[in-house]
Amino acid sequence: MIDHHIKYQQSCPTPADSSEASTGYLSKGIGGLALSISGLLAASSVHAEYGINFPEPAAGVAREIYNIHMLTMQITTVLLIIVFAFVFYSIYFHRKSRGFEADQNFHKSWFGQWSWVIVPVMVLGVDLTIAGKADAVLKKVWEVPKDEKLLDVKVTGHQWWWEYDYIDSGVKVESRYIPEEESGDLYLREVDNRLVLPTHTKIRFLHTSADVLHAFWVPELAVKKDAIPGYITETWAELDREGVFRGQCAELCGTWHSRMPIVVEAVSPERFAAWTEEQKALKLAALAEASVDKQWSMDELMERGKTLYDSKCAACHQITGLGLPPAFPALKGSPMMAGPIADHLDIVINGKPGTAMQAWGTLNDLEIAALVTYERNAWDNNTGDVVQPADVKQAR
Amino acid sequence: MSTTTLSHDEAHHHDAPKGWRRWLFSTNHKDIGTLYLLFALTMLFLGGASAMLIRMELFMPGIQLVDPDLYNNLVTNHALIMIFGAVMPAAAGLANWMIPMMIGAPDMALPRMNNLSFWILPAAATMLILSFVVPFFPGGGTQINTGWTLYPPLSVQVGMSMDFLIFAIHLLGISSVLASINIIVTLLNMRAPGMALMKMPMFCWTWLVTAFLLILVVPVLAGGVTMLLFDRHFGTSFFDAAGGGDPVLFQHLFWFFGHPEVYILLLPSIGVLSHVIPAFSRKPLFGYNSMVGSMLAVATIGMVVWAHHQYTIGMSMGAVTYFMIGTIIISIPVGLMIFNFIATMWRGSMTFETPMLFAIAIVLMFTFGGLSGVMLAVVPADMQYHDSMFVVAHFHYVLMPGAVFGLFAGVFYWLPKWTGHMYDERLGKIFFWTNVIGFNITFFPQHFLGLAGMPRRIIDYNVMFTEFNVISSVGAIIFGLSHLLLLYIVIKTIRGGKKAESRSWEGAKGLEWELDSPPAFHTWTVAPQVK
Amino acid sequence: MSAEAHSGDYYIPNPSPWPIIGMVSLLVTLMGAALAMNGVGFGTYLVIGGLLLFAYLLYGWFRDVIGENLSDCYNKQVDTSFRMGMFWFIASEVFFFLSFFGALYYIRVIALPWLGGEGYLGPTNEFLYGGAFVPDWPSAGPAELGGGFTPMGPWGIPAINTLLLLSSGATITWAHWGLKVDNQKQLVWGLVATIILGLLFVGFQAYEYIHAYSALNLTLGTGAYGSTFYMLTGFHGFHVTMGAIMLMAILGRAMKSHFSAHNHFAFEAVAWYWHFVDVVWLGLFVFVYWL
Ligand code: HEA
Ligand code: HEA
Ligand code: HEC
Ligand code: CUA
Ligand SMILES: [Cu+2]
Repeated sequence: MIDHHIKYQQSCPTPADSSEASTGYLSKGIGGLALSISGLLAASSVHAEYGINFPEPAAGVAREIYNIHMLTMQITTVLLIIVFAFVFYSIYFHRKSRGFEADQNFHKSWFGQWSWVIVPVMVLGVDLTIAGKADAVLKKVWEVPKDEKLLDVKVTGHQWWWEYDYIDSGVKVESRYIPEEESGDLYLREVDNRLVLPTHTKIRFLHTSADVLHAFWVPELAVKKDAIPGYITETWAELDREGVFRGQCAELCGTWHSRMPIVVEAVSPERFAAWTEEQKALKLAALAEASVDKQWSMDELMERGKTLYDSKCAACHQITGLGLPPAFPALKGSPMMAGPIADHLDIVINGKPGTAMQAWGTLNDLEIAALVTYERNAWDNNTGDVVQPADVKQAR
Repeated sequence: MSTTTLSHDEAHHHDAPKGWRRWLFSTNHKDIGTLYLLFALTMLFLGGASAMLIRMELFMPGIQLVDPDLYNNLVTNHALIMIFGAVMPAAAGLANWMIPMMIGAPDMALPRMNNLSFWILPAAATMLILSFVVPFFPGGGTQINTGWTLYPPLSVQVGMSMDFLIFAIHLLGISSVLASINIIVTLLNMRAPGMALMKMPMFCWTWLVTAFLLILVVPVLAGGVTMLLFDRHFGTSFFDAAGGGDPVLFQHLFWFFGHPEVYILLLPSIGVLSHVIPAFSRKPLFGYNSMVGSMLAVATIGMVVWAHHQYTIGMSMGAVTYFMIGTIIISIPVGLMIFNFIATMWRGSMTFETPMLFAIAIVLMFTFGGLSGVMLAVVPADMQYHDSMFVVAHFHYVLMPGAVFGLFAGVFYWLPKWTGHMYDERLGKIFFWTNVIGFNITFFPQHFLGLAGMPRRIIDYNVMFTEFNVISSVGAIIFGLSHLLLLYIVIKTIRGGKKAESRSWEGAKGLEWELDSPPAFHTWTVAPQVK
Repeated sequence: MSAEAHSGDYYIPNPSPWPIIGMVSLLVTLMGAALAMNGVGFGTYLVIGGLLLFAYLLYGWFRDVIGENLSDCYNKQVDTSFRMGMFWFIASEVFFFLSFFGALYYIRVIALPWLGGEGYLGPTNEFLYGGAFVPDWPSAGPAELGGGFTPMGPWGIPAINTLLLLSSGATITWAHWGLKVDNQKQLVWGLVATIILGLLFVGFQAYEYIHAYSALNLTLGTGAYGSTFYMLTGFHGFHVTMGAIMLMAILGRAMKSHFSAHNHFAFEAVAWYWHFVDVVWLGLFVFVYWL
């Protein structure tokens, strides 16, 4: 499993060209309709597993929640059957066509007099049963256990990717969706870098957001919490089995809300420790590379720039650089590309408050240099400018 | 007071004014009621058209028809148009038509203001539709991709169409508040002599409570969107943590309005049922007093449980426990209402005309939706349900049966009274069956989708969710097309049909059935005496 | 159906063009505002045009109502309808203000302590603001939006304004007493005094705003404090202005002897409104300026 995810991490894929998807929709729509009918016929053979209930829980808390869900579902089913039974009995027997005479005094019987007490008391009984059980579960679920060694993971939602910071080890993972061509049947359920977590360890998730609201949701863990910019919300989980658990962003966050999958990879604590070391080493290597005092060639920068651009920027500005105006400006042919390099660096490093364009200042100098060089020369922008890491350092 | 015969204007005791002035300048509750209903029908089709586009897009995984922002724009508009454009005006239309007739009043208490509250609606609809189309013009900014809840900061990112929407909401608010004032005053001040409050027809009671709710919560929504407007344009930071505000504050303001709003949608339909079920069971409503009591309880408790829409924002355990118990408790009064309906049918002598069919469907399916609401109210479990398709299934199960079907039942029940013609019963039954079956095929599978992990408000989904989405979309086509039949039946009835008697239904009771079908332009110019 | 004497006399006005004009004026104004706020030039003209139309509408509508009243079309029941209508209108206004008071409460009592590291979202301060943010009120938030500022104390202009509004409440009651005994002079002078006090209030508030902007660096952009301060006082000031305009209209009618001891709903409606504005101010004084 680990190998699999490392593979994705290194070869950043090219996101689907969505501007293509939105043009010519009429023919596509009709085609889609036809396709879907044939698809329906063949459906069961293509992917047999489709759930009608929560997936198998993978954490103690999730198990509790699963149980309370099943309990309330059973209670409500019974209530529903009772209501249906009375209504259908009445429809069948108390109908005019059977010659049934209306009992005009039914509401004056003792039952009619007292039903306004009897019914509420009975309903209250059921309500309290549900609330009591729920309260017991709530006590276990709600508050993060205190005074324990917790693994802190800060989960930051971005438009439209997730950032996972392992606070203790300093490891940072950026997690993005993988386009359909590469992810196939797992499209929208698979990411380039997974959230790797150890089993049998209490984990505290600290949720926050860099821009708008998002929500972290993995059904097997039964954590769902909103990510609110400027605030931290907490949840916790203790995974009890290894495996890959998939979820999605559950709070509407704009254009590509549907493209924020979350994939948790639960591994044994030992493998987790090994993985952490590996990540630290990778990070050091990248830093070292960025800080060497070297003049980078245009080709080197362009190559790195493209990889970075396609993974980090293309969600909005598109692979083609055409953007999705008016929401996301085109970079191809934009006056800024031919204008002063300082302005260009400024918007990339500091972003533009109040828009979806965030500050990318956490990228290292080399990465930003590569990005800016790439943008200024790709898609026929051909300015010939080469921006070096040193320039970025100065601009910060 | 001195007598007023002198100043009585000739016109208003005679025939209806003619031509366009009759409609534009109307001060007649029946004409204004008709305007409301026609407006609502138009909006039902607009909102329905966007629903159809939503379902077509979700038919298959992948992005086929619309781009993602347009999808969310459609979802936003669908919800707002359905709730503010279709359901609320339709309920207000019924109120305008029926309340004066039911309580023996010559008209609404404030007839000119009545006309104003109606005519603000087309203005609001214009702004709402502009907010949808403005982004398609050059320089029109981005589309509204926030959903009807308009949560910031996303709603701060949106371009100028959001301002059109905010103002549309202001207009809708003004319209509802004025209409509510009118209804309250009419009910409190205009009842025929002898009609004590506790003798008032149940439909009037439901509207009295609804109008109170509207007056209390709509201004809060207006305040909330005003703050949003200021955050967007004037640098305030109500919803921005950097300045000490909190995005969640908006959610509180929205749901302080939003949750009572769902009972605003529900109650008028409950009122309709309280007339339809006794009429076709040929026996009085079971538990009039407990009905009034539970309604008041629903309204009161409903005002203080709003945060069950926000369990996932990070609330303390005390707070969530309170909101959970409050929410679950609402099942008591609502359960009592449902029970009263069943007890009214029980040992009745039932026949099954279209209004009654809808009524029975409501009792069964609204209960189903309400019960899934109770599941949602359970905090730990809502950690899984929240913002998934399960919620979408829940609220369509309460909104369609609880609000829309109730309005359908009312329309079929009172159409003979309004038009003087019986509608085509056979077509009515066909409409009922296609409608109800289509509805269930559309929304039942969405429960499974939600449980299996499909979030709401996504344009594109993984193949594992295909089957149920296909079923749901097919159901939506059946469901949508069935509404064309409704249109046909209504038009046909207006244009002709079997003559309706003044008491159009054997078991119908109440003052309105003592008037001709159709009633004269001005009715109850002499107030009836109620024993 | 037996006839009952008075209900049949209920006055139903003739078809009227004013509601439609109202609709058009609102639509034009708001559409213009939406455009103007986004830098579309002609929006401003639409706003001006819409507001003029709205003023015309108010003039025309009230002219009709006054005419009907003077020609004795209304009976007791109509009068009651008007009164109830006004009462529930003010009730809706109360809830409008409550949303802003609610926002103030939420920010001060719930949100700021969270940002400062207390309560359920306590970790916020540690992880996002390095434990450095102290949530004292007044506050412009962790980022100190709008920069340093001086808050508005209660004992200068606000205290004077409180006195002004309270005495205006007294003068309008005095006018009402005059009206009740058909003392025309007392009515008119009571109203004049109320209007003057109201205008003084608005004047002082305008001065306060200018002072805050120019000397205290307290603006709309001054974080949560500036936002709530201007929103609450601003909407209140707007209501005082509206109330003063309504008082002037009533004064005009009083001078034309429109009111009698028994028939003066319009006067009472405005008086209620004025008292409502008064009470809201007390809330403001306590929660915005003082505490
Ligand atoms: C007409 C509209 C309507 C009505 C009547 C209701 C009724 C109820 N709703 Fe629903 N709801 C909505 C419209 C409505 N809702 C909408 C639109 C949303 C989503 C908004 C959005 O996010 O966009 C929503 C969302 C929503 C949520 C938030 C879910 C989430 O986002 O995570 C919750 C959670 O508690 C909830 C609960 C309830 C409950 C407990 C009731 C109760 O009133 C139901 C009471 C009825 C019954 C219980 C059935 C009858 C009773 C009996 C037969 C007696 C026996 C019963 C028991 C003992 C339990 N609703
Ligand atoms: C009273 C309110 C109301 C009503 C009546 C409806 C009616 C319908 N809704 Fe609505 N819906 C909401 C309120 C309502 N909805 C709300 C509040 C939301 C949440 C929005 C948000 O997330 O922000 C929502 C969201 C919502 C979604 C979820 C979108 C998402 O989360 O991604 C879906 C998807 O299936 C949906 C479908 C439908 C359908 C198929 C109908 C059908 O009932 C519509 C049937 C009516 C017609 C179809 C009209 C009449 C017929 C024609 C126009 C003829 C043409 C017909 C054809 C071409 C077939 N709705
Ligand atoms: C979440 C969406 C999003 C992502 C991801 C994104 N941007 Fe942007 N970008 C925007 C938006 C929105 C604007 C327009 C801001 C404005 O209103 O001026 C923008 C503007 C820009 C501009 C200025 C364009 C002009 O012509 O004015 C540049 C340069 C830019 N982005 C570079 C980048 C780079 C480099 C990356 C990746 C490292 C990136 N963006 C990632 C949304 C995004
Ligand atoms: Cu992130 Cu939705
Ligand atoms: Cu609710």
